[in-house]
Amino acid sequence: MNEAKSATGIGASVKRKEDVRFITGSGCYTDDINQPGQSHAAFLRSPYARARIESIDASAALEIEGVIAVLTGADMVADGLGDIPCGWLVKQKDGSDMVSAPHPPMAATQTNYVGEPYGVVIADTLAAARLGMEAVLTDFTELDAIVDLATVRDSEQIHEGVEGNLAFDWELGEREATEAALASAAHVTRLDLTNNRLIPNAMEPRAALGIFDKVSGEHTLYTTSQNPHLARLVLSAFVQIAPEHKLRIVAPDVGGGFGSKIFIYAEETAVIWAARKVGRPVKWTADRSESFLADAHGRDHITHAELGTDEEGRFVALKVQTTANLGAYLSTFGSAVPTYLYGTLMAGQYSTPNIYVEVQGVYTNTAPVDAYRGAGRPEATYVVERIVETAARELGRDPVELRRLNMIKPDQFPYETPVALVYDTGNYEASLAKALVHADYAGFAERRAAAAAEGKRRGIGLACYIEACGLAPSNLAIQLGAQVGLYESGEIRVNPTGSVTVFTGSHSHGQGHETTFAQVVSDKLGIPFEDVEVVHGDTGRVEFGLGTYGSRSLAVGGSALIRAAEKLITKGRRIAAHMLEAEVDAVEFIDGDFLVKDSNQSLSFAEIAFAAYVPANYPEDLEPGFSEKAFYDPENFTYPAGTHIAEVEVDVDTGVVELKQFVAVDDFGNVINPMIVTGQVHGGVAQGAGQALLEQAIYDEFGQLVTGSYMDYCMPRADDVPDFTVDTTVTPCTHNPLGVKGCGEAGAIGSPAAIMNAVTDAVGDNSISMPATSEKVWRALR
Amino acid sequence: MKVSLTVNGDRHELDVPENTLLVEIIRERLGLTGTHIGCDTSQCGACTVHMNGRTVKSCSLLAGQIDGAEITTIEGIGTPEDLHPMQAAFRECHALQCGFCTPGMIMRAIELVEQTPELDNKAVREGLEGNICRCTGYHNIVEAVLHAARVPQSARAE
Repeated sequence: MNEAKSATGIGASVKRKEDVRFITGSGCYTDDINQPGQSHAAFLRSPYARARIESIDASAALEIEGVIAVLTGADMVADGLGDIPCGWLVKQKDGSDMVSAPHPPMAATQTNYVGEPYGVVIADTLAAARLGMEAVLTDFTELDAIVDLATVRDSEQIHEGVEGNLAFDWELGEREATEAALASAAHVTRLDLTNNRLIPNAMEPRAALGIFDKVSGEHTLYTTSQNPHLARLVLSAFVQIAPEHKLRIVAPDVGGGFGSKIFIYAEETAVIWAARKVGRPVKWTADRSESFLADAHGRDHITHAELGTDEEGRFVALKVQTTANLGAYLSTFGSAVPTYLYGTLMAGQYSTPNIYVEVQGVYTNTAPVDAYRGAGRPEATYVVERIVETAARELGRDPVELRRLNMIKPDQFPYETPVALVYDTGNYEASLAKALVHADYAGFAERRAAAAAEGKRRGIGLACYIEACGLAPSNLAIQLGAQVGLYESGEIRVNPTGSVTVFTGSHSHGQGHETTFAQVVSDKLGIPFEDVEVVHGDTGRVEFGLGTYGSRSLAVGGSALIRAAEKLITKGRRIAAHMLEAEVDAVEFIDGDFLVKDSNQSLSFAEIAFAAYVPANYPEDLEPGFSEKAFYDPENFTYPAGTHIAEVEVDVDTGVVELKQFVAVDDFGNVINPMIVTGQVHGGVAQGAGQALLEQAIYDEFGQLVTGSYMDYCMPRADDVPDFTVDTTVTPCTHNPLGVKGCGEAGAIGSPAAIMNAVTDAVGDNSISMPATSEKVWRALR
Repeated sequence: MKVSLTVNGDRHELDVPENTLLVEIIRERLGLTGTHIGCDTSQCGACTVHMNGRTVKSCSLLAGQIDGAEITTIEGIGTPEDLHPMQAAFRECHALQCGFCTPGMIMRAIELVEQTPELDNKAVREGLEGNICRCTGYHNIVEAVLHAARVPQSARAE
């Protein structure tokens, strides 16, 4: 490896290519784009959680200067637009399909959550659109809102044909064996948990700019999407906005996603539809209040779990019963998150032989609930790691020692769990051991005593999490109900002078793919990092893609690029063999040069590229050109795992919890850019700390969102969190060419359980629920 | 109403509706889209700019309050070839991911360093409390601000 390459190749903390535009204010987010003649949209949103739309009178609005049109859900129906589909069809216990209520892009006859769009005002200016919105008279008949998870099954039916408001009753694992093992266990730990509802809050609100060219018939939608190709597929095949070849979706710089920008929403759909109807570009940018109301929310489970142990403390059975709030409609992955991304993770890092999970997914009159950073895996980790910690306390065992006793050992891989996954590799004790050193676990008793001397309570908590990511083997996912494949595409277009343009179906909205993917390609092809440009987020430039979520970009998208690079190298060896008059088998590719074995003859990558485009001395049976693409479909999920340790101090007088220390030791397999990976963990941990200590979306009994702004929904700020200690251990993934596992979600997966184990340890009350606010903690201390 | 203001050294005479916000003037009238809007309650700080040498949240000032003001936005503090030390520190320390909060965060951080002779971790965290970042967990932002604070005053562009 030459010097220049090693500084920018795999494993180097290369500074990011994308940073210069962001730090100078030159980024290009959707709201930064404007079109000549553009109009503005303001959405009519339901003020009620559940109401029948009796009539809409737009006459006064249409009188307002600048108002162009008032379009409603009924107009969409009249235009023949289809419903927004759920992307994952879950089978119920009895083998029947889940019950998916129709999800119209805009409500036509009934609204089912506060903030649900049922119409849109288009005007010359945003101010006129908003005035128009105020002037529309809608006659609603308010109906009783169904919001309480505890009573939802016995409440009035929200959707026709959905009895008991039950979308699905799903199970995984062996019920009888698990119950029998629990019945004969030496000890059973029982725990009731709530996983609080969260609002993702990417800092860039959703936005859309729709453009229709009536000459070509082409529709172009600039929008804040994590997966523009999936948006195009759904908008074309299901909603029927336009044929795929007449619909281009561009997701330019996107200011964070965390899952919330995966899904197909009403507003983006309405904007591109309206652009065609009014014959002018239409722009919409959510204000933060709209984001709170109408972005898909996350989590929102109530769970009862039972863990059985034998005389030595070995786990013999785990039974989990969960009610998952799906909101008013099944969003794109709404059904997959609390089932296949949740129940499958209940083995955690342990060799528990019997596991049974049942989940009832229910509709309520609240915003749809879907994937939010971690998506199902933080909820699963919260169940497993809270109950393991609780068991240790009940049994009077050291929580570290109890975990170690039950961990899957390095020589047990590949390990098949009772809940449908095969972990390919890992070394859980290694990350645990390293985390204990970083956290100075041995010195905790002393710190606790020192805190007590000052009248404070100090607590420590662990979470040894596992996640399944790198979604997914397509055949397995489709078998389990996915409606699309989950491969990824990559293309490397070599220019005649040897520089390359990389096209990926992954999408970067903060992850730094322009840097990481360039490192991968430059390393593999032995060309300078600066000579690699990464293109993403545009269906007009990238062939296809399934986008970025579930920590899949590098493991799946990066692997596709490796496959494409391998094809280039294969072709390059043939060209080089011809030019150097050698056998193809005698040509090796080493560090950017095609060399003939046992000779001093070689041609550089750039020379081969030039020859491929100017094929003078060229193999007769070979096509000119030097561009290759690949679709990579993983064989298995990847299984990042690690240990997180939180230490908190509680002020007895005020109940305020201070996060004093947080240690994360994660096994992400091989690491391409340690700087970026560390940053991903930091961000995830802060989000997990937000869930554990600060954040909660609250609806009142009427279905009104009480926490609808940053004044009421408590986001983690700089002084709410400490510096974090982040380290890694490495067992390379065994089934992808980079040996990588994915790092985007781990921080948010392990941290809530670790922090709540620490809080409950400090307070001595295991019933405190997230978020552990000062009020809850203060009451618990009384 | 008529408003005159200087933005990044350029003087502008504008005629705008009275309910126009400074951030709307910056983004829409002047096309300086580096300043972002992240909320509607003056809580997130994505729209932070300098006005007469102090940071302000530009979503919270009406046209009538800014007549004659000197405004500096993220576009006015450095260029790709000649970054402000705070911009350079953010890149050096990986203090940004999606980049959306970054301009406001940098503008606030510059003021914080100028105002506070002895910055430590706690002071930086408290000083950035009015700016929300959802990506970085703040760890590297704090590091970047402390890093920039160590750059000698003479090397600073502003």
